[in-house]
Amino acid sequence: MSNYSIALIPLLPLATFVVLGLFGRKYLSAFAGIIGTISLLISTIISLVTAYQYFFISGKINGIYQPIIALNYSWLQFTPSVSIDMGIMLDPIAMMMIVVVTFVSLMVHIFSLGYMKGEERFATYYAFLSLFTFSMLGLVLSSNIFQIYMFWELVGVSSFLLIGYYFDKPSAVAASKKAFIVTRFADLGFLIGILILAYSAETLDFGTLIARLTDASSPYFVNAAGASFIGISALTWGLVLVFLGGAGKSAMFPFHIWLPDAMEGPTPVSALIHAATMVVAGVFLVARLFPIFAFDAAALTVVTYVGAFSALFAAIIACTQTDIKRVLAYSTMSQIGYMMFSLGVAKHGGEGGLGYMASMFHLFTHAFFKSLLFLGAGAVIHLVHSNEMKDMGGLRKLMPITHITFLIACLAIAGIPPFAGFFSKEEILLAAFHSNKMVFFVALFTSGLTAFYMFRLYFSIFWSKESHVHENGHGEGTLTMKLPLVILAVFAVFAGFFPIASLVTSDGLALETHIDYLFSLTPVALAVAGILLASSLYKSENSKPQSIATTLGGLYTAAHKKFYMDELYMFITHKIIFNLIGKPAAWIDKNIVDGLMNLFADTTAQISDNMKGLQSGKLQQYASYFFVGVLGFMLLFIYLWN
Amino acid sequence: MREEQLVIKMNTDFFILLKPELSLTFIIFILLIIKVSDGMNKNSSIIHLANFLLLINFLLGFIGNATGTLFSDMYHTNGLIALEKNILNFGTLIISLQAYEWLKNHKHVIEFYILLLTTLLGMFFMVSSGNFLMFFLGLELASIPLAAIVNFDLEKIKSSEAAVKMILSSAFASCIMLFGISLIYGTSGTLNFAELPTLITNNPLQILALIFVFTGFAFKLSAVPFHLWTADVYEGAPVPVTAYLSVISKAAMVFVFISVLNPLFQNVQNVWYNMLFLTIVLTITIGNLFAIRQNNIKRFLAFSSISQVGFILLGISSGTTMGVSASVYFLIVYIFSNLGAFGVIALVAAQTEKENISDFKGFYKNNKTLSWIITIALFSLAGIPPTAGFFGKMFLVTAGASKGNYVLIIIAVLNMVVSLYYYLRVVKAIFVDENESPIEKIESNLYSKIALYICMAGIIFTGFASVLYDYINSLM
Repeated sequence: MSNYSIALIPLLPLATFVVLGLFGRKYLSAFAGIIGTISLLISTIISLVTAYQYFFISGKINGIYQPIIALNYSWLQFTPSVSIDMGIMLDPIAMMMIVVVTFVSLMVHIFSLGYMKGEERFATYYAFLSLFTFSMLGLVLSSNIFQIYMFWELVGVSSFLLIGYYFDKPSAVAASKKAFIVTRFADLGFLIGILILAYSAETLDFGTLIARLTDASSPYFVNAAGASFIGISALTWGLVLVFLGGAGKSAMFPFHIWLPDAMEGPTPVSALIHAATMVVAGVFLVARLFPIFAFDAAALTVVTYVGAFSALFAAIIACTQTDIKRVLAYSTMSQIGYMMFSLGVAKHGGEGGLGYMASMFHLFTHAFFKSLLFLGAGAVIHLVHSNEMKDMGGLRKLMPITHITFLIACLAIAGIPPFAGFFSKEEILLAAFHSNKMVFFVALFTSGLTAFYMFRLYFSIFWSKESHVHENGHGEGTLTMKLPLVILAVFAVFAGFFPIASLVTSDGLALETHIDYLFSLTPVALAVAGILLASSLYKSENSKPQSIATTLGGLYTAAHKKFYMDELYMFITHKIIFNLIGKPAAWIDKNIVDGLMNLFADTTAQISDNMKGLQSGKLQQYASYFFVGVLGFMLLFIYLWN
Repeated sequence: MREEQLVIKMNTDFFILLKPELSLTFIIFILLIIKVSDGMNKNSSIIHLANFLLLINFLLGFIGNATGTLFSDMYHTNGLIALEKNILNFGTLIISLQAYEWLKNHKHVIEFYILLLTTLLGMFFMVSSGNFLMFFLGLELASIPLAAIVNFDLEKIKSSEAAVKMILSSAFASCIMLFGISLIYGTSGTLNFAELPTLITNNPLQILALIFVFTGFAFKLSAVPFHLWTADVYEGAPVPVTAYLSVISKAAMVFVFISVLNPLFQNVQNVWYNMLFLTIVLTITIGNLFAIRQNNIKRFLAFSSISQVGFILLGISSGTTMGVSASVYFLIVYIFSNLGAFGVIALVAAQTEKENISDFKGFYKNNKTLSWIITIALFSLAGIPPTAGFFGKMFLVTAGASKGNYVLIIIAVLNMVVSLYYYLRVVKAIFVDENESPIEKIESNLYSKIALYICMAGIIFTGFASVLYDYINSLM
């Protein structure tokens, strides 16, 4: 496959966006879904072929996977050595990501054909989906850090558009703004981080950047590691700030607050953006720069603890939420926490690279079962017209396919063998076990919690009480809604057998892995215990959950209120920033800046008025001003300033 | 035999090197003959012909450019100069397209074109000059007919006033400059650009000469404090002429300034750098402060263009090739942006005689496309990404920063913020402000449409396509 056809992978969705954006609403409203789906199908096929060729034909040199620059176009040449390029880089993680992104996006496109049918802005919806897919593909294929930043922002914009799709709903508008502002704030850190890294390495290109900053003898590295600010080296600052951007997009603590609210968007959008693609961008970013991170223990420690804490924190909250999409949102945050700390405990190359591989593996499997969960939740919401658990229950008979696929996904995320999640989670736990026992125990506990809250969700939706939902005609939804569920369920079962260890590793060399059954015993037993607990509490309607909640008292309320994080942010922004900084700033702006501006403006207006009086017909004035100017220059530059 | 070959070679050289000037002269003569023979009476056909010839002239500028000197070093040309001349050709073509609405009912179309192209010819000689004498001749050839076309709204008294002001103050500036040139001749014994650099030292008399020459340039560039003529002349002149003054005439002066200042006065670089520093700060700041208060949109653009010139000077102040390429690049962007804005204003002025910013309130209601065009043009002038204006300003500021004078850079960047305010003020008037009787739908003719769309395409694409900047860089 020629290099130019690789460019088609992102360009096809872009073309769809342009066509649907310009002509969609007027002319193509009826065909928008088909156009979007077909163009993405082509894109998916090309990316599968590209990934196949990379992994099995062209990618390996001497048994090691090498990054290949497929296309490069020098866009802005600053100096002979530094330029902003637009390029496509092929390497194992990029290949894995394009497959995941195009595939999940394709599923979402198909699902939306039924789910979004009859929407007034149907074409706009598909245009936005295409824009998002384009940006995400551009992001993962970027060959330099500036390009990734541009696509990063584009992803932010398109997710803003999609979350706020129901713009007549105030909560959706608020959620889209929140998501945009929070991630934008984190992106500021990202940009500063990029500038620091690029400044110290004098390049923006990933390959060169990594080569220069991982060679302890290179002058660039010495420069970056030597320069320090408040006792922390420039390199660490750069990496931590870059990670900050990643944490924003990946909803890591404390930037996670936008993710639950973002559930206001259409559910298939959540499946695409908030399960499989955009939220893992942060993980992808850390993995992309992993060789540099691996060289800097301090930055990697930050990644580890932020990841581990987010995993636990989100899992606790997820146990108490009643909105099914919010449960899934927190579960996403928790699983991404897994991926993050797994990267954090990894080392570059060899056995130590297990964490890296495990993280990528989990990213891969998680994409399938989590988007399946979201799409399943979408199908449920489609039927019940509510997000609340109390409006559901007993749906297993009404929607058998959704029920089975949802169950598969729950088993996968809980880590029950032989479903996909088991394999990847096992690798993560193993990696944590070998390098950081504390993180390991946190992860172990969290995995039990995961099984619990996922089955709480499952039983509440499909069992619990007798269904009181009336058959309202559209039942389980159209074929286009069921088909993606089944396909994704197949992957949720089998993705774990994918030989990712030999394909995607930190140093490009195949990694020997094996499942240690004795080791897996504990996590699996914990998961089963979690499931049993959930089944005893939620399988049929009873008062036990309520009494437990009462017993736990404050802790339950705190978790239910998401540990008051939103309130904390509100307090900080409204009470502290607005009052202590905003108001004085507004006062200064109003009285001093405006006053000064008005003074300037009034004075200049006065002067120009006066001059106008002088000017009319009196050209002599011009000449004299001119002459004064010349004299002033003479005085200044011959006598004073020479 | 040998001598004969030499003569022939010189003759072909003559035609190749002088191609831009000869081509212009040829057009002028065709128009003169039509005038004298009374051959064409319809305005529109004259304009069609003129536009056609200008287009050919512009296209000719792309081919067969050579490097060399003529008339014993009086005249020289190279790739960069050829590009500069063609930039001027291009701008003139766009202005001619935009002038259709105004010219189609004018009584003296041929005279307008003859005068216009004569000034352009003067600028060409000026840009190509290799000697102060040639430079001065070119300058005068470019200035005097310009005053005549400023007066081309013959029945308007303001137009005549503008012309008188222009010719008198420009005579004054020429005197000062000529004084400076004569001092240079007196102290060094030559006016040849090739010999001067080594002969100019820190001699006070030569510094004085530098000041005189510098102020002459500053006057033509409307740099503060020598800018006073600008606003009156811009306001009084017909809109296409104002566009010509603020874009083409400025660009030509910048091109000459680039090839005179650093190359000739490199021995006294610290002196002219300080002069430039002062001029830039004054020009950008005062231009901005005045622009805030203008209500006449032409006056407004006059002051804003003063401040834009300040930014170009910032690029030039670096004294490096990067500064030169940034300035040339910015001028191309500036031509697109400014002519985009002037194009809309010219249409409105020709059809409604309205020229005030307050008249533009609610403009969007009846003129959607034109509103977007002027908005994008103003955004580009303000340097908002991703328009080309952003990249232009970025390169200029980067070039300026290479001197390490951060005070200057901070002042420049602060002024960019101020300029954002007043450009957006116009945009606000167009889109937001209410107006009981907004301007009616403006009918744009084919020529203006073409010109405006070219400008839009330029604003949107020249920023992203690095080809142009790379090409300019390759000419250094």
